[in-house]
Amino acid sequence: MNSFAGFVIKEFKQIYRDKRTLTVLFGMPVIMMILFGFAIRNEISNAEIGILDRSKDEVTHQIIQKLEATDAFQVRAYLQDVNEIEALFREGDIKEVVVFEANFRQKLVREQRADIQIITDATNPNLANLVQSYTANIIQDYVKALNSEDQIEQAGIMPKVRMMYNPELRSVNLFVPGLIAVILMLVSTLMTSISITREKEMGNMEILLVSPLKPYHIIIGKVLPYLVLSVVNVITILILAIFVFQVPFEGSYLLFFAEAGLFTLTALALGVFISSVASDQQTAMMISLAGLLLPTVLLSGFIFPVQSMPEVLQWISHIIPAKWFLIIVRGIMLKGSELLMVWKETLILIGMTVFFIALSLKKFKVRLQ
Amino acid sequence: MKSTIVVEINNVSKSFRQLKALKQVSFAVEEGELFGVIGPDGAGKTTLFRLINTLLIPDEGTLSVLGYDTVNEYKQIRPLLGYMPGKFSLYQDLTVEENLQFFASVFGTSVASNYELIKPIYHQLEPFKNRLSGALSGGMKQKLALSCALIHKPKLLLLDEPTTGVDAVSRKEFWDMLKMLKQEGISIIVSTPYMDEANLCDRVALIQKGSILQIDTPTSVVNGFTKPLLGVKASNTYQLLKALKSFPGSDSVHPFGEYVHYTEKDGEPDPKVLQDYLEQQGLQNVQIKLMDPAIEDRFMDLMHTAEEV
Amino acid sequence: MPEYAIQTENLTRKFGDFIAVDHISFEVQKGEIFGFLGANGAGKTTAMKMLTGLLTPTSGKALVTGRDVYTEAEFIKKQIGYMSQKFSLYDDLTPRENIRFYGGIYGISEEYLSQKIDEVLEGTGLKDQGDKLVQALPLGWKQKLAFSIAILHNPKIVFLDEPTGGVDPVTRRAFWEQIYEVAEQGITVFVTTHYMDEAEYCDRLSIMVDGRMDAIGSPEDLKHEFSASSVEEIFIKLARSAKRGDG
Repeated sequence: MNSFAGFVIKEFKQIYRDKRTLTVLFGMPVIMMILFGFAIRNEISNAEIGILDRSKDEVTHQIIQKLEATDAFQVRAYLQDVNEIEALFREGDIKEVVVFEANFRQKLVREQRADIQIITDATNPNLANLVQSYTANIIQDYVKALNSEDQIEQAGIMPKVRMMYNPELRSVNLFVPGLIAVILMLVSTLMTSISITREKEMGNMEILLVSPLKPYHIIIGKVLPYLVLSVVNVITILILAIFVFQVPFEGSYLLFFAEAGLFTLTALALGVFISSVASDQQTAMMISLAGLLLPTVLLSGFIFPVQSMPEVLQWISHIIPAKWFLIIVRGIMLKGSELLMVWKETLILIGMTVFFIALSLKKFKVRLQ
Repeated sequence: MKSTIVVEINNVSKSFRQLKALKQVSFAVEEGELFGVIGPDGAGKTTLFRLINTLLIPDEGTLSVLGYDTVNEYKQIRPLLGYMPGKFSLYQDLTVEENLQFFASVFGTSVASNYELIKPIYHQLEPFKNRLSGALSGGMKQKLALSCALIHKPKLLLLDEPTTGVDAVSRKEFWDMLKMLKQEGISIIVSTPYMDEANLCDRVALIQKGSILQIDTPTSVVNGFTKPLLGVKASNTYQLLKALKSFPGSDSVHPFGEYVHYTEKDGEPDPKVLQDYLEQQGLQNVQIKLMDPAIEDRFMDLMHTAEEV
Repeated sequence: MPEYAIQTENLTRKFGDFIAVDHISFEVQKGEIFGFLGANGAGKTTAMKMLTGLLTPTSGKALVTGRDVYTEAEFIKKQIGYMSQKFSLYDDLTPRENIRFYGGIYGISEEYLSQKIDEVLEGTGLKDQGDKLVQALPLGWKQKLAFSIAILHNPKIVFLDEPTGGVDPVTRRAFWEQIYEVAEQGITVFVTTHYMDEAEYCDRLSIMVDGRMDAIGSPEDLKHEFSASSVEEIFIKLARSAKRGDG
């Protein structure tokens, strides 16, 4: 048996023997998917809102009806005066108050613009954001319909937010690409770095170094099993996303898998790089978790949109591979992007991968010091 | 290979930050020798092994192994080495047989082709070949590790503290195996903190704090101990130690198994005078006899001199 | 305080079908240095764990300082000290902090502890190193310190698990002198070792084979009984007969 094949077989055996880790590795994507898909929903339903209609005309009436018609809102209070707003918020149940200015319809017809003020309870900023966007969205729809009916020329009601591609604001659609990134980071980066540093810790690396195995044999041998695991995980998530959560998949599967493969390589290269810096499993784990996983979750746009971060963090987010991967995958899945539309991000990922592979090959020494 | 020297070390020094692990070490090991590196933890044994097996580069000096330079020609050296690191623990989650097969494949060979060499060691393990190596006892692990290090028929075997923490019986068996391997023509360098194992080597290097104290055959090392040595025994060893230390003219007082080894500063101690003194001190059942020194006596002697210098 | 420091009768521990410790009965007298020998895997560690209250026996009787290991393990733990080959010291604390930490665990009063710290530092010759990190100390000193800490709370018995592994011969002997000193103070010393010459330093010793206690007595008596010239010879004789793997 040639030495490389022997090494790979050993790796697979070891991974297969460690049933606990294996369960976690295969179970994690499923559990995370279910968690994010069901439990941590960002959708709103039955959010209680208040209405202050100073115009009380045909248009405002219709808009209010539209709002009430969705599952998202429940109009709980009709206010008469601005002063009542604060008191209402203080009670705590009201998430949003929609204020129509006086002579709404008149203004809309004459000046082609009228203002709706949307006041939200920002103690929960995420929710406030959602409620606000959702409201704006409904109004937007209404305006569109109005225009097409030509009742009012170029009616300009002014909520500026526009929601596209995920009009229902289904969080699961957004989470899936992020989840893929996180899982790949965990499986590829964390596991690879741990498995290499374990050899060091046990003293076995000394023997492997002295043996005829080449450094790249050791690296590839370590990486290969996790590459396989990663692919399985990506497929699992995708199947769950499409069949259980009905996430749309607009783009090309081929492109998607190519990009996912690329990102896996990036993550594996990072794992190898970490293991060349860390001398024991604990350090490797700390670096992988704190240095990579956290930024991937927090700064890549997985949970918090990059655009709303302070400028410094936005800069930092550029060096996080997951950010680019997220842009690509969201593009492919939700917008049906083709390679032409994501080539820049792809190029950045390729650059990062090449950089880390080169760096870790250089760092992976044939000696101990 | 023309020369019969398998390892030649010239003025090698190695430091890790402030710590001087090895200071100006020189020695040579001949082909077919069973060479012992004897010294306590922290003496520099492991550093020495890692320099020989090309995993470390010396700060100063040169090492040549099997005729190749360890810095520039390490690629030629590595396949010829069988190495068993000190904290080597095999793959606990692989079975005995799988471990052996793995190391065979890594070195581009098969278990079958070199089975003859390892058979005397491995056949004891064969009944357990499907057991995970993590479940083996210390002695068995050590045998498996040795089998793994031998599977590619190395020219030079490097064993870093193979017997540490292993019980006396397994240790004895292990040394028997080394003797057998020596017969096969394999050169062996082995380190140990157990002084009594020195006698089983052809030649030994006594090492302490990064310096070689002495290199010679075990007999010559012991012969370096020239002072007359008395063995003293009494019913209360602790009182005996105290009394001997307080005796005027006493030099070294070391408990040594059953007896306390005792020397005096200048020359010949008089057992009669000593006996009287000890009995005066209230010790009972005092027995005194002339002793043959052991390697350990010499080692402590050399340590003492080295510290004075 | 009873007559015996340790007293066992048919003490047994099984792990599934495997009998790690097989009906051992022995006594350790107060103030004695008791050597506990056995090949790797003979059951020493398991027996030690039962005596220190870390593992409940499957059957049999064991009294440590007169207390029952089944029911009074917590009490026993307060009465014993323990030091193992793998140091129980914290490398990233100073000797002073280490002593303070262990003193705290055993509930030694602050006043007494301060005094004790100086005493220990003085006694181990670490007075000038008291505020350096332990990791910077030579192995021999670490061992001394670990031992002093193990007896900080004046235990009745101190268990030493291969305390001298890998130490240079001079330090090893210095350590045994420390053991003698402690025994002189009336503390019972229960020690395991792989150095056969150290076995000779013990007042009495036992040799375990395959979970049984095949020999017990003073080195002198044992040599007589087995007509051997050294403990090593006896040990090898006995351990060779072991059936459990290679022992």
